[in-house]
Amino acid sequence: MTATAETTAGSRGSQPPVPDGAVTVTVKIRRFNPEVDDEPRWDSFDIPALPSDRVLNLLHHIKWYVDGTLTFRRSCAHGICGSDAMRINGVNRLACKVLLKDLLLKGDKQTTITIEPIKGLPVNKDLLVDMEPFFEAFRAVKPYLVTYGNEPTRERIQSVADRERFDDTTKCILCACCTTSCPVYWTEGSYFGPAAIVNAHRFIFDSRDEGAEERLDILNDIDGVWRCRTTFNCTDACPRGIQVTKAIQEVKRALLFKRV
Amino acid sequence: MSLALDKPRSPRRPSARRSNGELYSWLFMRLSGLLLVVLVLGHLFIMNILDGGVHKINFGFVAGRWASPFWQFWDLAMLWLAQIHGGNGVRTVINDYARKDSTRFWLKMLLYVSMVLIISLGTFVIFTFDPNISN
Repeated sequence: MTATAETTAGSRGSQPPVPDGAVTVTVKIRRFNPEVDDEPRWDSFDIPALPSDRVLNLLHHIKWYVDGTLTFRRSCAHGICGSDAMRINGVNRLACKVLLKDLLLKGDKQTTITIEPIKGLPVNKDLLVDMEPFFEAFRAVKPYLVTYGNEPTRERIQSVADRERFDDTTKCILCACCTTSCPVYWTEGSYFGPAAIVNAHRFIFDSRDEGAEERLDILNDIDGVWRCRTTFNCTDACPRGIQVTKAIQEVKRALLFKRV
Repeated sequence: MSLALDKPRSPRRPSARRSNGELYSWLFMRLSGLLLVVLVLGHLFIMNILDGGVHKINFGFVAGRWASPFWQFWDLAMLWLAQIHGGNGVRTVINDYARKDSTRFWLKMLLYVSMVLIISLGTFVIFTFDPNISN
């Protein structure tokens, strides 16, 4: 790597030809470079894009052909890994699952898409946040199978009905869309947050698991489920369609009636 | 087993206190809320709509009501439930939004002191109200 590369150049050279049917959209990104900036700033890019593009394609276009310094996470780019959670037009979404055609304005007006890092976690650079507080809350609820006594010689059998109870919460990909959409989490980072509670729910209601009581004790504390104000931001934000608020309510009910 | 250097910079969370306090406060909010709907709407209906509405309220009217233990209990229940329900609500708001521990502590102290003052004053008045004070 040479330090002489112009900061305004993309990492893959000059722009590719504009495809047929492309429209120009303005992508407004909240950026922060800890080595230069004291405060976050807004950068705007006019990008040619197809209505079938995803927001992630726009970010790629900017990084590859316009400004190689743009920093964001993405891994699989297909809504499975949960790396590219960001605040798109004010709501938390995975950039790889939002189609441009759903954001385009009617008529000939030029569309502006605002992209910010997810809120409530420290920003390292641009759209890249420090996920450690999020994972700390996740680890704190013991998101693994807890059993006591002798290990069975065969696999642990579970009925279809028992599996159904926590089916919804097995879908979590830990993208942090829900936790960073929660107003309580924004102001008070010690709250476990929806994602940690979802992953606790996944084991609390698992008939094979014996650690429900430990997890319920953890979530009964001041930073646990009673902090939830049922604003449903988490349910709205979840890219996997998990009924997050419902899962939190089920944990509350389990605590209230001392019954899993 | 975990190493002493395992995730050295990860934030640390105090261990759970094994207390049901938050559960009870959450439950209290639901139950007192239900009771308050009846108590407060009933109070507003009697005071502002029945028998000529708010114009009937004077010293004699209040004295007449508080002569009955039923209305004394009604008003006492309304005072205590509304104060504790509202105070607990403000407590959660302070917990959610205060950024510094010292701010949180002093705001809560202010809240608790005001709650105790208003509850004691109100209770004192309801039980020691003297209808013959003007004589």
